[in-house]
Amino acid sequence: MSERRPPSDRFSRRGLLLGGAAAGVGAAGATVAHRLVGGEPVPENAAPPVHGTQTVAFHGPRQSGVETPPQAHACFVGLDLESGVDAEGVGRLLRLLSDDAARLGAGRAPLADTEPELAEVPARLTTTFGFGRGLVERVDPGAVPSWLGPLPEFDQDDLRPEWGQADLLLQVCADDPVTVSHAARMLVKDARAFAGVAWTQTGFRRAHGSQPDGTTMRNLMGQVDGSINPRPGTEEFDQLVWATGGPAWLDGGTSLVLRRIATDLDTWDELDRPGREAVIGRRVSDGAPLTGGGERDDVDLDATDSTGLPVIPAFAHVRRARTGDPRQRIFRRGYNYDLRDTLGGSGEAGLLFASFQADPVRQFVPIQRRLDELDLLNEWVTAVGSAVFAIPPGCEEGDYVGRALVEG
Amino acid sequence: MNPTRTAGAAALFSLALALSACGGADQPEEQAGAAAEDGAAEDTAAADGFEISDPWIKAATVDDGMTAVFGEISNTSDADVTIVSAEHEAAGMVELHEGVTEGADTTMREIEGGFPIPAGGSRVLEAGGDHIMLMDLTEDLEPGSESTVTVEFADGSTAEFTAQVKEFAGANEDYDGGSGDEEEYEEGHDEHAGHEDEHMEDEG
Repeated sequence: MSERRPPSDRFSRRGLLLGGAAAGVGAAGATVAHRLVGGEPVPENAAPPVHGTQTVAFHGPRQSGVETPPQAHACFVGLDLESGVDAEGVGRLLRLLSDDAARLGAGRAPLADTEPELAEVPARLTTTFGFGRGLVERVDPGAVPSWLGPLPEFDQDDLRPEWGQADLLLQVCADDPVTVSHAARMLVKDARAFAGVAWTQTGFRRAHGSQPDGTTMRNLMGQVDGSINPRPGTEEFDQLVWATGGPAWLDGGTSLVLRRIATDLDTWDELDRPGREAVIGRRVSDGAPLTGGGERDDVDLDATDSTGLPVIPAFAHVRRARTGDPRQRIFRRGYNYDLRDTLGGSGEAGLLFASFQADPVRQFVPIQRRLDELDLLNEWVTAVGSAVFAIPPGCEEGDYVGRALVEG
Repeated sequence: MNPTRTAGAAALFSLALALSACGGADQPEEQAGAAAEDGAAEDTAAADGFEISDPWIKAATVDDGMTAVFGEISNTSDADVTIVSAEHEAAGMVELHEGVTEGADTTMREIEGGFPIPAGGSRVLEAGGDHIMLMDLTEDLEPGSESTVTVEFADGSTAEFTAQVKEFAGANEDYDGGSGDEEEYEEGHDEHAGHEDEHMEDEG
């Protein structure tokens, strides 16, 4: 751990960019090295345990891939239905894809898989289906949840149509990128008769096993990202995430907001560590609030420093994202993305922001509105894609996801 | 929370879609020593030992005219059996085929003597190998639909099973039977991507 530094105050953006703030940063790197040597001695010739055989049940009252501890790799595929596909066709599509997903999740090849050996390493594979407004309207215009549609416009967004709303979402996650690739391709092949791919967005976290389970992810800006997520399995989580009271077909489901947040890492590089911490309101080293305590402790927004100024600046991300309304919370399950630089120009990196919540308009939008109005982080991050999906409940064996919508 | 378990356990309850034996004598009891060909022993029908796992049919349209059924057939009885024919409600003609591969080209043709399956054995029907050929299609077999196939054994007993219809890019072998409405094999050709049909014209 690097040493605590006094919380900074009075940052202007200009000051931050000029690196005017004090405090050395050198210590952070030096203390990391010796940790690499620790751990149990490994007996010679002992094969390391294999995790590729681990599976997550596809069938159940809720879809997997929401509460599932995030796997290392993800592929989000947006599909648009062909114009001739009606409700009956949507049903056939979902039946096919559910069968594929169930088999793949169990480490078995789907029917007609041309590369069945690639299915033999499930590595906690989950496939989660999401329905865009277009799909629900195609099946039953009267069954569209009130919140299922475009988010309101945000001034800071620079949305590109190629990352926009799609009719059907496949969220494919696993701890092995080959598994993800194969599963996504198999599903897309079986969707081909009904729908075309609008976009594919792949993302990653730390590799499986490189950190203890439950470690909060870091984004490519280096920040601990998602510290205050509600914990799956808690009453709080259930109330925030699982939908009730909407259309009957969605009871026990949820919603997904998927936003592609491009990050300007090159200008972020110009910002020194104290500035980075002030922008967020958390320490870079461990994600703890600048007001003290551990990563998961509450931020003290009222704390002031010796000069009487707030420890958490007015523009800080944590202050702007925070609300006194406990219902205005979301469950984040995002992934980094990195389209690497090419000779022709600068690549794009950022975050595939993915949040689950019972009602995005009631929960996500107020948060995003505050961030849109004021959040110094906006200087470096820009939403370039945005889509909202209804995540229907799961299905039992022999059934398919979405049947309650399709068959009423 | 989603429980985590290992792949092997989950695979156990995987077998087959609905399947039922019909038309044979309803005698599930094992007939000790009944090893006569085609379950000819009294009270035992060859269809009684029939099982199929992972049955599927390649999606096809009436214009395509033909397609094929795949899966893994098992004979759980202790007598050798032979499937001699098959039926499908949307096919005017059904044949049992084998694939003969020379180089990268596979030709399919009617197999002589049907599909023998030894006692306790199995037989894989797969693209490029054995398959049940559906010809003269009278209706489209659409992806995601389910479809019933009936197989008949040498002793006259029959069994039927339900197969899922799926798109498949392979199984485009030349047919050596001369029915005339088949298409030349074209690698990568997808019969459902109608707008890409001009692709086919490239080949002389």
